[in-house]
Amino acid sequence: MIRKSTLAALGASFILGLAVTASAHAEAVKDTAKWDSEFKASVKRGDGLFHGGIKSSNEVACVQCHPEGSNTHAETYPKYQKQLGKVSQLWEMANWCLENPLESKPMAADSQDMVDLVAYMTMIRRGYKLEAGKY
Amino acid sequence: MNISRRNFLKGAAATGVGSILPLSMVTVEAEAGESFTFAWITDQHLQLISGAKFVKSWDDGFKLAISEVMNANPKPDFCYFGGDLAQAGLKAELDHGMDMWSKTGLKVKAINGEHDYFLDMGKSSRAAYGMPSDNYTFEHKGVQFIMLTTIRGAEDWEKRHAKNPQIRMNEMMRIDNYVDGSAFRLGREGLAWLKKTVAGLDKNKHTIVCSHSPIQKIYSGWNFWTEDAEEIQAALKDIKRVTVLYNHVHQPMASQKGNIAFFSNFSTAWPWPHVSTVADATMCGDGAYKGCEKGSDYYPKLILPYHRADVANFRDATGWSIVNTDTGGKFDVTVTQWGDNPKRNITWDGQLKEVGAAPATKAQIQY
Repeated sequence: MIRKSTLAALGASFILGLAVTASAHAEAVKDTAKWDSEFKASVKRGDGLFHGGIKSSNEVACVQCHPEGSNTHAETYPKYQKQLGKVSQLWEMANWCLENPLESKPMAADSQDMVDLVAYMTMIRRGYKLEAGKY
Repeated sequence: MNISRRNFLKGAAATGVGSILPLSMVTVEAEAGESFTFAWITDQHLQLISGAKFVKSWDDGFKLAISEVMNANPKPDFCYFGGDLAQAGLKAELDHGMDMWSKTGLKVKAINGEHDYFLDMGKSSRAAYGMPSDNYTFEHKGVQFIMLTTIRGAEDWEKRHAKNPQIRMNEMMRIDNYVDGSAFRLGREGLAWLKKTVAGLDKNKHTIVCSHSPIQKIYSGWNFWTEDAEEIQAALKDIKRVTVLYNHVHQPMASQKGNIAFFSNFSTAWPWPHVSTVADATMCGDGAYKGCEKGSDYYPKLILPYHRADVANFRDATGWSIVNTDTGGKFDVTVTQWGDNPKRNITWDGQLKEVGAAPATKAQIQY
């Protein structure tokens, strides 16, 4: 026979457990919201760079050849890039564009601007099947 | 009796009439079936960097087209220019472009693109291009040409931006997502002009309508769109045979609706991907695309599919065209697509079709 005090203790610990779970859940939601907003902010910065935000020496912008990020195909990287002569990542191809059509300086792969640019181009293709190597 | 231009000129020379009677006051008719060619170059987007420095790649494309036009045989009667000579509507860009055009030694028949227009609502471009007005018409060897400015903004949008020309230009020259700009249109005044003009035309003569934007609703995100397309099409319905030559899309697309055939051209500056490359487009197996967006029932077939632009070659998937036509409705266009791509020839005789080339496979279509 279970005593009332035991039931009370069990009940209390259950409630505590729920509270802990709820608290963990709230923390997780908070984390996710933060991660999401950080990612969206990066995409937004990348959008700005893509649409003329890069101070290219000839005023050309990425969007002129790639409206809405089209034909950037983030889902196909890494892949062989003819103009680079090797299997490359998206940021390497972006740097080729920076140096050639935009006649500008390349960016470091881990620079915030390059991360943002890649975030924008990858977000555009979200949901597409990953097809590394396709060209 | 019909007097052909050739016979009239012979007669005029013999009688001395030509010396006393301005030719512009005389109506002459082309011999039945007399065909002619004109060059079609568009969307050069000459872009000023600073001082007298322009983006080299865009200049190079236009220069290449000009050199090819100058070597064309037979020599085209004139050049048709479909708008967007400038990138930001600057007088320096327009002057630079007109200086380059002059090397052809041919008359240029022009229309406005949005990149030419919105800094001063076409004042500079009309002057540079020698346009009598935004919309005008002319006849050449029996073919009637209607030249339209279809890139006007909504009336309330234009009114709101009347005192902010640079903002107006910035919003309209954006390449994608026209969140602040306006959908293109011929507009109320333009439509009234068109209806009145069509009423005075010979409905049996081939009529070529030149517009910067497609007179169709293809994809609003890139302003591949004319808001009053249906009204423009309706205004043209009584003409037996209409060919619309539109620009802006930087690629050849073709479709047909009743008496109207629609055809577009490459840019000399940079390639623009096909609409199917954006996320909400659906590609069908036969090369036609549909479901791009709601209401897009005019969605054109891509009858000149080309490989995805090879970015290693700056001129790939750019080019120009030459049109061979006559007053009876003959229309064939030879599209020069640079890069490692062959010339393509499209004809229209009731149905648009490619001549002398195998149908493109899905793999060839830009994705």
